This record gives sequence, C-alpha cells and structure tokens, in this order.
Amino acid sequence: MIYDVVIIGAGVTGSAVARELSRYSDLNVCVLEKGEDVCSGTSKANSAIIHAGFDAAEGSLMAKLNVEGNEMMDDLARDLDIPFKRNGSLVVCIHKEELDGLKDLYNRGIANGVKDLKILSKEEVLEMEPNLSDNVEGALYAPTGGIVCPFILNIAMAENANVNGVDFFFNTEVQTLKSDEDNIWHLRTNNGEYKTRYVINAAGVYADKFHNMVADKKIHITPRRGDYCLLDHEMGDFVSHTIFPQPTKLGKGVLVSPTVHGNLIVGPTAIDIEDKEATATTAAGISDLMAKAGMHVKNLPIGRKVITSFAGLRAHEDNHEFIINWVDEAPGFFDCAGIESPGLTSSPAIGRMVGRMFKEKLGLKEKADWIGTRKGIVETKNLSIEERNELIKKNPAYGTIVCRCESITEGEILDAIHRPLGARSLDGVKRRVRAGMGRCQAGFCSPRTMEIINRELGIPMEEITKSGGRSNIVLERTKGGED
Amino acid sequence: MLKYDIVIIGGGPAGLAAAVSARKSGTEKILILERDHELGGILNQCIHNGFGLHTFKEELTGPEYAYRFMEQVFEEKIEYKLNTMVMDISPERVVTAMNREDGMFQIEAGAVILAMGCRERPRGALNIPGYRPSGIFSAGTAQRLVNIEGYMPGREVVILGSGDIGLIMARRMTLEGAKVKVVAELMPYSGGLKRNIVQCLDDFGIPLKLSHTVVDIEGKEHLSAVTIAEVGSDGKPIPGTEERYTCDTLLLSCGLIPENELSRSTGVEMNPVTNGPIVNESLETSIPGVFACGNVLHVHDLVDFVSQEAALAGENASAFVKNGCKDISDEKGIEIKAVEGARYTVPSTVNTERMGDLLTVRFRVGAVFQDSYVSVYFDDERVMHIKKKIMAPGEMEQVILKKSALEEHAGLKTITVKIEKE
Amino acid sequence: METRELTCIGCPMGCQITVELDGGEVKSVKGNTCQKGDVYARKEVTNPTRIVTSTVVISGGDKPRLSVKTANDIPKDKIFDVMKDIDAAHPSAPVKIGDVIVENVAGTGVNVIATRNISAV
Repeated sequence: MIYDVVIIGAGVTGSAVARELSRYSDLNVCVLEKGEDVCSGTSKANSAIIHAGFDAAEGSLMAKLNVEGNEMMDDLARDLDIPFKRNGSLVVCIHKEELDGLKDLYNRGIANGVKDLKILSKEEVLEMEPNLSDNVEGALYAPTGGIVCPFILNIAMAENANVNGVDFFFNTEVQTLKSDEDNIWHLRTNNGEYKTRYVINAAGVYADKFHNMVADKKIHITPRRGDYCLLDHEMGDFVSHTIFPQPTKLGKGVLVSPTVHGNLIVGPTAIDIEDKEATATTAAGISDLMAKAGMHVKNLPIGRKVITSFAGLRAHEDNHEFIINWVDEAPGFFDCAGIESPGLTSSPAIGRMVGRMFKEKLGLKEKADWIGTRKGIVETKNLSIEERNELIKKNPAYGTIVCRCESITEGEILDAIHRPLGARSLDGVKRRVRAGMGRCQAGFCSPRTMEIINRELGIPMEEITKSGGRSNIVLERTKGGED
Repeated sequence: MLKYDIVIIGGGPAGLAAAVSARKSGTEKILILERDHELGGILNQCIHNGFGLHTFKEELTGPEYAYRFMEQVFEEKIEYKLNTMVMDISPERVVTAMNREDGMFQIEAGAVILAMGCRERPRGALNIPGYRPSGIFSAGTAQRLVNIEGYMPGREVVILGSGDIGLIMARRMTLEGAKVKVVAELMPYSGGLKRNIVQCLDDFGIPLKLSHTVVDIEGKEHLSAVTIAEVGSDGKPIPGTEERYTCDTLLLSCGLIPENELSRSTGVEMNPVTNGPIVNESLETSIPGVFACGNVLHVHDLVDFVSQEAALAGENASAFVKNGCKDISDEKGIEIKAVEGARYTVPSTVNTERMGDLLTVRFRVGAVFQDSYVSVYFDDERVMHIKKKIMAPGEMEQVILKKSALEEHAGLKTITVKIEKE
Repeated sequence: METRELTCIGCPMGCQITVELDGGEVKSVKGNTCQKGDVYARKEVTNPTRIVTSTVVISGGDKPRLSVKTANDIPKDKIFDVMKDIDAAHPSAPVKIGDVIVENVAGTGVNVIATRNISAV
C-alpha cells in the first residue's frame, strides 16, 4: 500500500498535523513513531506552558504561530477535553537597571499581536503574587498566558486523528528514506518499508537528520537540555501565575509555575548537548536550577518538596526559527523542524498551517463525517458522590483506587488502556491518567498497574515496560521462572 | 448514613491492635477500613523473622505476627471492609470511603483511629541526577514484587540507604540468586539494626559504604550502572571518590514518611519533625475524637511498639465514645518538649487526669550518643537521669512517666526530655 | 591460634569483638562491653546458626508464592543448601501457618514451615 502522507514523529507537532490532515477525504495518512507511544520525546518533558507570544522575534513565523496557537487553545481544549487554564504569566524584573527590558518585551508583544499586555509596578505585582522576591522591581503581565497538560494535548490530538482514520505505528523507527522515479518515497524502518507520496518530517531533535538526508541546504538542530523539578501538590498554590525571569539569549530562563494538575514546576535549565537521547539530569543542572529559581520567588522549599526531577530536550535550530515548509529539491518532502519552545503552544497553529498548505497543494476536500471532538478520560477525583456511584454501578472498576497519591481508579486506567491509541506501558498509563505521577512516584501503584496491563492486554509481566524498549520492570519469576 | 462507634483507617498492625483493644474496652460497633485485599498491611510482605519478641516472647515472621492479631479480630467478630479506600475524613468525623461493591459511601463515626502507616521516600524526593530508566525501586516495592508476587526485579543490585528494609532486601535478593554489589549509606552511621547489618550483609560478604551516595544513574531504557561517591561532612559528594557499579537494579531504602494525606486534609495539626499528627496522652490529635497510632503517628522500628501504642489508642477511642464524644481539646495539660539531642516526643502533651498510672513517652535522638543520659525535667527540676551506653537515631527511645510523680508537682507546666553528657 | 573479628548484634553499640580460638576452642573474647557480647561471640564462632525465611512456589492458591521459614535455626553454612531445597518445593493450596513444607531441610533435621495461610481457589 502507498500512503498519501507519512508523518515521522507522534509528538505534539506530528499529532497536530495528523489531526488537521484527518479532516480531508481520500487521504491516507499514517504516523511512524520510534517510541512505544505518542508523546514520548520532547513533547513529554517541557514546561507545560501556553505562552502568550511576546518572546519570539517580531515578524518571525515563531511569533505568528505562537500567538495563533495561544488563541486556538480555548476551543481546542474544549473540543478535545484537554486540561487547560489561562492563569496569566508574569515576567519579573529584579534589577532596576533592567526595567527597560520589560518595556522592550512589552513592545515586542504588542507587535506580535499579544493582547492585554500590561506593565505592573512593584506594588501591583506583589499584590498579585505575594511570594515573589522582595527585590522585584516590576513585571510584564500577560493575562493570555496559560498552563496545559502537555501529555493530554498531544494524546488528544493523536487520538482524534486516529478516530478520523490516521494510522499510528509505534516502535517504528525510520532509518533511511529516498524517493523513486515516480516520486514515491520509500521509508525504511526497523519494521519494514513504508511507501508514501508525501513525507512530513516532525521528528523533533532528529528533524535535521531526515532533512539532511534529502536536502542540499543542511540544517542543524542542537538538543538543548532543560532540567526540571516537579514539586508536591502542597506547593501548587505557591504562585498562581507563571513566573518568568527576564529572558536571555539561551531562552526564557527558569520559570516557576503551577501546573494544571496542582503541582508546582520549576525549570528549565538550558544546556546545549550533542547526544539526542541524553535526557539525564545532572547534579550541576539541578543545583543551577535551585539557585536560579530562588532569585524571583522567596523561600521556595524546592529541596524538601520536590517529588521528581527530569530533563527534556528542546530541538534548537541554529537560527531559532520554526522551519515549516516544502523542501524544494526533494519534491513531496515537508519539514516541521526546529520546533522548540513555544512549540507546544504553537502546535495547533502549526497543524492548521500544514493542513492548509496540503489542502491547497493537493486540492483536498473536507470530510463530511469528520469528528472534531473527543471525550477525555473521566477524572473521578472531581466527581460528587452521586456521580461516582453512577459510574461505579456501570463499572465497578471505578470503585477501586489504584494510584492513591493522585486518587486514580482502576476504571480510569482501563479507559486509558482501551481507548484509541491506548496505553501499553506504565508511563503510557501515567501520561493519560496520572497514575504514578504523585508524590510516591509509582512506588505503590506500579505493581498494580502492571497487573491490570497484564490482565487486559495479555502482555506477560516480564514484558511490561516503563516506556517501551528494554525498560521492562521485572526480569523473571522467582524460583526459576515457574508461575 | 452508616454509623459506627469507632472507624479505624487501615488494617495493618496498628489498625488491628487498635480494633482488638477497643473491643476489649467494651466498644461494640467497630469498623476497620483496609485498602488492600487482605488484612495485615505491610507485615504480609515482611516475610523475615524478628517480629514479636516483646509481645509474644518469640520471634515471628511478619505474616505470622499479623495473623496473631487477625485471629483476634476474627474471634471478636470485628467488622472490616477490604479493598476499601478512605477518601476523606471530615472534622466532624464523617468518613467517606469507596470500594467496588458499596460504591462511595459515608460513615458517621463516634471516634476515628488513624492507622494508615507510612510510605517510603521515593527517588524523586532524593533528587538523584541521571537518567530515569526502569530498574529503580523503593526497597518496599521490590519486597512486594519478590515476596508476594514472585517476580525478580533484576540480578545485579545496588542498594542506596541502609534502613532495615534495604538490609533485609539485600539478603532476600541474595537468597533468590541475585548479586548485591554494595549498600551505600549517606550518613556516617546506618539507620538499620546491627543484627540486620551482620545477618543480611556480613553473612553474605556485601560491603556497606557509609557516607556514600549515588551520584549518577546510567541507562536510557533500563538501568545499566550507577556511580556512588563518598560525601563530605557538608553532605556533598567528594570529587575523585566515584566508583561505578554495573547493575540492573537500584533499590532505595532512604527513609519512611508517615502517610498523612488524609490527616492533613482533615485539618489535623502536624508535627514537622515526625511528619505525623501532634497528639496528647490519649493519642488524640488536634481534632477531637480523631486518634492516631503506629507509623502514621511516627515511624517505629519495632512492630511490638506499634501494637502497644495502637492498643492505647483503641482504649482511649473507646473511652471517648463512652463519654459521649465530649470535646476536651481545651484541657491540654502539661506540654512535653524535646530539646538538646532529643528530636521529638510522642505524645506532646499530658493531662494527668486522663493518663493511666504510667505513660510511655517515645522519642528519637538526632545523632549517635555514647555514654550519655536521658534526662527528664519537670519545669527546671531534673527528675530523671538515665544512663545509656548508646543511643542512635535508628532506635526509638522511651521514658515512662508516673501519674503519681506528675500529681506531686502541682502547677507543672513543661516536661522536658533532653540528652545530657553528664 | 586463630583470631576472628565480629560485630556484636546485641545493641546499637555494635562492639567490635575479637575472639581468639585454638583448635576450635575459644581462648579469649575481647572488645565487648557487656556480657551479652561474650555470649554472642562464643556462639557465633563455634556454632553460628540462622533462621532462613523465603518463599516457595504454590499451586492452586489465591497467591503465587507462599512465605516459609525454618522452624528452628540451622547452621549458618547451610543457608544456601537450605535455599536449594526451598526453591525446589512446590506445595498446593490450601496451606495453613505451621504446615510442614519441607521435612528435614538439607539434612539439618529442621523442617521448613508455612508462615501464612493460603486458601485454595
């Protein structure tokens, strides 16, 4: 079979593009993902912020898509049932001599089309955020800034694409690709060859690799590591807005923000590295983080309240600009490269832009029966007793708590496993329903979640993984392998 | 709404002992709520022996010890619900719980006994740098996998932390055919019992490295190696002391934390040292009619003391119900303070009218003390001065207060427990 | 003359005890600070014993593993021989606390017994 479009990468970009392409009839689309699940690369480890759009350079594609993506988020969150909140963001100035920098940011934001920006005095900002440092001199307030669940954003778009006919192939790594005389692309993978008329390169930190296989004009993507600390629920209301320092040339700096699930996130650092898989945190990175986080807020008990630390890799392209376009010398090859922050925010706009370009080029027609909405997994935590009991009557699994830190029921885990593109690993379950994301970090619930995966999917216990590949949890049966 | 005289949250050693004692004190309607599929709590996975020397004058394994109490619960026909998670306890003692059969339901409780136990400090809280592969377990999770479910996490093991569960697991993994390469302990002393160091490590030639910690974790998918290094007196790793161990399993035994999510949301006042509720002589928390005992109150090293403490909580909860659930929170009584070497005391206050003839005050010390004294002061007067050859943070200490002695000191405001050199 | 170094397990002190032996006979015990240490050291160098606890595979029960222990202590140098027999045992549910699972384990004269109940399913 020859696909019309193969998308490389099921991260937030690939999934957004897949969803947009799923609107069109007579278009066979598939997504090839080297991980075992959607959202298993850069999209899973970031600040989970919906940026307002004042950072990116005026006139850049990055600025345009950031602001558009931000504006699209309310409708998208409603349609696809994605946890999202416009909590507003504050860029905080702690040096009087840098107050002009706030003004520059403000002006850039206005030029980029960011709405409702305001510069606040020391008194105004301290009233909004009493836990800010006493050294605060002023702040730029962007009420359109928000926070989102990055996993569900990614997963929801992929699920919705899947429901609308897009195939997803996991554990499928594209090794080489070339086009033949009929302009059919042949993608060699570890799971055989895929043929397609069009290729969309949404490979995150590997986007340069695929681009450079087919293009004369090379690009270079640096994995820019960011270390993060996630703090306990107890700290979830330490600040109510997303607190940024003033930006530097390495990025937006170490932010402190509530998450949509009531934790507090601190990060990221910005360390350019070579290895595109090196998501290891370092002692230096974490201590750098702790030092920087303390500059803009006061008495942050990061050391005592951290529940996990992790690192993500931003796909930093040398010119710090999104590359979203056809590659001229490789007909049928389309790049979505250099998608680093504000990539998460921009993803719906990137999807829409790519969709429109494909529609135009291929003369696509919209499906009459396209399903634009998705119902998320019920969050039982927020239900009343009556609502819970109704659910438990229908399915008693909703009466069993599996993850006690986050109060996640077996019913929610079953839904995570059995819905389209369902979870097959512990991390897959965790990203969908947060089981294992709480303060005990899966110590209690992982054996129980494994039992559920084992029972529901028939995957032997020894083969159940944390996140695919060789990340199996247990090795073998005790006593020589007998059951 | 269901109504019970006493609702006990947790069917582990504390909950079981509290239930039996409350019944023996004459309370009829008692309900134990247990989230697991069987009673016994963590003891079910503690298959090693060494439990019960104080209580039964013999050494039992964890499941055997638990069963001694379970039998009494069965004999006394005390009600319990398994697979039942308590979701909320209101300050008015309405307990909201949930299971598959009953759905979500509420119980009006005359008294509530918190007996939820404790949990292990996870990797995240330790903030160890490196990758986040599979193969890293808290020692207790590994213990459950090996002993209950019958699965081996791996074959080559490094253990961080020399708490008793870590030591016990070093032996368990060895007996099951794994190679335990090293146990690293951040502190200059082990928090585990000497007996466990000898019989779980020395017996099998497993090295214990004090003042060492894990500084790097390798393996993008599955754990492949860890690096440990010596730490200086500032607690920071000393460059140049790194040693790399290839391994597929890292077990963490780095401390236990009382599990007080429920207590906190109820509004129970907490002790920041123990991470458990602040209680009076009756083991009653700041919320009238809500009692606490066992590891949810403060982490114990011996289950015998958990059972004793829980029995007291059961008795007092029973008395509270018999007295018509009267709020007596304004009659706090005498404050008990821990200073100079003593980190905390349980209880924190004592009202002589409500105490028995004797009151056991349990505490822990903050460092290793040799040839020192446990002193108890009634206001400024030293009334007890007990020589101890050795005291260590890993072993709970106690002093026993006599009601008669307290009554002799009319107007006594503060009892102070401290460690003195002479 | 042979010397053996031991850590006393009597209390948190963990005295480092030196025992001098001559042809298996204890000549002196040094380093202990109380009588408990002396008793412990003499036993530990002449006849060290341990209780072994483990699990066995069980069929037909509501659990895949049954916890067991040696009913009495066994010689320390027999631990792995005892484990071999334990690993080979394969009882069927139901089992009650105290049921003998392995008789005369590794020729020690000691039985391995169940330490929990497992009901049949």
